Amino acid sequence: MSPASVPATGHPPQPAAHSAAPDAPPAPSGPPAPPAPRTPRRRTLLAFLLLAAVLVLAGAVVLSLGVGAKFIPFSTVLEAFTHRQDTSDQAIIVANRLPRTLLGVVAGMALGAAGSLIQAVTRNPLADPGILGVNAGAAFAIVIAIGVFGVGSLPGYIWFAFAGAILTTAAVYLIGTSGRGGINPLRLTLSGVALGAVLTGIGSALMLVNPKAFDQMRAWNIGSLDGRTMDVVLTVLPFIAVGLLIAAACSRGLNAVALGDDVATSLGTSVAATRIWAVVAITLLAGGATAAVGAIGFVGLMVPHAARWITGPDQRWIMAFSVVLAPILLLVSDVLGRIAVPGELQVGIVTAFLGAPVLVALARRRKVAQL
Amino acid sequence: MSTSLKTRSPWVLRTGGGRISGRATPRAVVVCLVLALAAAAVSVVALATGEFHLSISEVLAALAGQGQGLAPTVVLQWRLPRVLMALLFGAALGISGGIFQSLTRNPLGSPDIIGFNSGAYTGALVVMLLAGGNYLQVAFGALAGGLATAMAVYLLAYRRGSHGFRLIIVGIGISAMLASVNHWIILKADLEAAMSAAVWGAGTLNGISWTQAAPAIVAVPLLIAAALFYSPRMRMLEMGDDAARALGVRAEPVRLVLLVLGVALTAAVTAAAGPIAFVALAAPQLARRLTGGAGIALVPAAFMGALVLAASDLAAQRLFSPVQLPVGVVTVCTGGLYLVWLLAREARKS
Repeated sequence: MSPASVPATGHPPQPAAHSAAPDAPPAPSGPPAPPAPRTPRRRTLLAFLLLAAVLVLAGAVVLSLGVGAKFIPFSTVLEAFTHRQDTSDQAIIVANRLPRTLLGVVAGMALGAAGSLIQAVTRNPLADPGILGVNAGAAFAIVIAIGVFGVGSLPGYIWFAFAGAILTTAAVYLIGTSGRGGINPLRLTLSGVALGAVLTGIGSALMLVNPKAFDQMRAWNIGSLDGRTMDVVLTVLPFIAVGLLIAAACSRGLNAVALGDDVATSLGTSVAATRIWAVVAITLLAGGATAAVGAIGFVGLMVPHAARWITGPDQRWIMAFSVVLAPILLLVSDVLGRIAVPGELQVGIVTAFLGAPVLVALARRRKVAQL
Repeated sequence: MSTSLKTRSPWVLRTGGGRISGRATPRAVVVCLVLALAAAAVSVVALATGEFHLSISEVLAALAGQGQGLAPTVVLQWRLPRVLMALLFGAALGISGGIFQSLTRNPLGSPDIIGFNSGAYTGALVVMLLAGGNYLQVAFGALAGGLATAMAVYLLAYRRGSHGFRLIIVGIGISAMLASVNHWIILKADLEAAMSAAVWGAGTLNGISWTQAAPAIVAVPLLIAAALFYSPRMRMLEMGDDAARALGVRAEPVRLVLLVLGVALTAAVTAAAGPIAFVALAAPQLARRLTGGAGIALVPAAFMGALVLAASDLAAQRLFSPVQLPVGVVTVCTGGLYLVWLLAREARKS
C-alpha cells in the first residue's frame, strides 16, 4: 500500500518532525492507480450492468413474494395484485410477504446508500452506517423503552429507536465538529465510536440485569424482516425517501471531496456543506432502516465495497450500484433464510454468510480498489 | 538536529552497543510517569476496598509482608491477582491495539480486525453452551477459536504479501460471519445460559485467582518485551513498505512477527478474561492525544491501557455492589467518555 494513497490514517506516515531520518518524505512507491477511463463506452457498460442489476432485483422481489414455508406459484402472486380474491394464498402474500418484501427493498436501499456515503465521508473502509452512533443510539433507546417504560412490541419501540439514532448522531456530530476548521472526518469517526461505546456499555449493563430486555435485544441485534406490518414500512418510508434524495444530491460533491479538501474547494465545492448534508442523509437512511429491521450492519459495510470494485472511484456510480445491490443481498438472504432451516434463519445471519465470501473473493481476485 | 527544535528534542537511551535503543520526548516521559502513578494509586485503592474494608496503610503493610490478622490473606490471595491481572491485561491490550493500528494505518484498527475476538467468542460459546465446559475448557475453546480465525484471515488475505487494506476487508468479512454465528447461538440458547455467556462475552475479571493468572503472568511480560523490541521497526513500516525497506527493514517478515505478537497478546487476555472490549482501540488513541506525538507509540499506550482497565475493574466491582458487572461493560463507558472528553477539549483548543 503506498503511503500517499492512504488518507484514512490517524497518524501521518512520518513518525515525527525530528525523526532519525528527516529527509524521508512519504513518497508514493509507484505511480498512483490510473483513474477509470471515462469513455462513453465504459459508461454504457456500467449503465448496462446497472440495468441488469435492476432486473435481478425485480426477480428477487418476485422470489420473495412467492417462496417461503408455503411455495406460491408466480401466477397466483400476480393474481393477488390484479384480481383480489379471498384465498389463503393471497392473504399470505398481501398480509405477510408484501410488507416483508417492501421493507427488504426500502431498508436495503437505505443501508446501501448510507454505507456508500459514510465510507466516502470518512474515507475509511471500516466505516459502516452505524459508525456515527446510529445502531448504538437505537439499541440504547430500545433498552430504555423496554426496561424503563415497559414497551414490549415492535411498533411501540420503532419511534424510540429512531429518536435514539437521530439524537446520538446529532451528539456525535456536535462533538466531532465543534471548534474551528470545519468537519474533520477522523474526529467525526472517533467521536462516533466513542459515544457509541458509551451507550453500548450502559445498554449492556442494563440488559445484563434485566432478562426481559436481554431477551428482546438478542433478537433485535441480529436484524430481521419478519413480523413487520405495512405500518412499519410506511412509518420509515418518508424518512428514507428524503434521505435518498439528499444522498443523490451530494454524491457529486463527494467526488470532489475525495480529491482532498483543498482541491475540492478550488473546484468550487463547499466541503463543509457536502459533509453536513451527507451526515444528514446517513442519519435519515440508517436511522430509518435500523429502526425498522434491527441492527443489520454488514449490508451497508459490504455492498459499497463490492460496488466500488465494479464501478471504480466515481461516487455517483458507487451510490447507484449500492442502492440496487443492497436490496438484492437483503431479499435473497431473506428468501434463503426462509427455506434454509425449518423455522427461519434471521436475515442478519444469512447476509453475513452470503456476503462475506463474496467480499473475501473480491478482495483476493481484483486489483484492490482503495478509498 | 536543528537548534530550533532543541527545546523539544527527544531524549535518547542506548545500551548494548546500540542494539537496544529508545527515544522519547520529555512530554511522553512525563505522561508515562503520571499514568503509572495513577495506575498504582488505583491499584492500592482496589486492594483496600471491598466487603472487607482495609486502610491504605494496612494494604501497604500487607504488600511489604508485614500485615497482621486477615489483611495479608485478603490482599495477597484474594485481591492482588485480580488487580495485577487488570494492570497486565490493560497493558497487553494497549500494546496489541497500538500494533494493529500501526500495521493497518487505521485509527479504527484493533485485534478485532483479524477476527481474533469474534473467533474466540465463537469457540467459548460452543464450549460453554454446547459442551458445558469449566473455566479451563472455556479458555481453551476461546484460544482455539481465536487462533484458527486469525490464521484463516491472514491466509485468506495473503497474496504476494499481506496487504493492509486486504487484511481489513477479509477481516471484516470473516468477523461478520462469526458475529452472526455468535448472535444465533445466543438467540437459540436458553435465556439464563445465554446471559451468563454474554457476561463472558463482555469480558470479566470476576473470580480470577493465582492459578488462573499464572500462565498470563509468565506470557504477557515476555510478549510485551518482544513487542517493544520490534516497535522501532514498526514505526518504519508506517512510512510504507518501500521506504521501510530502504531503511533496512524487511517489511513482510517484520509485519508477520508484529501480527503474531499482537494476536498473542490479545489471546493471553481473551483466554483468561474474555474479549474485553475497547481498551485496545481507545488506549493508543488516548495515549497519542496526551503525548502529542505523531504516530502510535507503544509504551504510553501500555500505561494508558493498564490505567483504563484497572480503573474500570474497580468501578465494575464497586459501582452497583453487590452486583458485579463484567469489566468489559465498564471499559467501553470509561474509555468512551474519556475519548469524547479529549476530542471535545482538542476541538476547543484548535
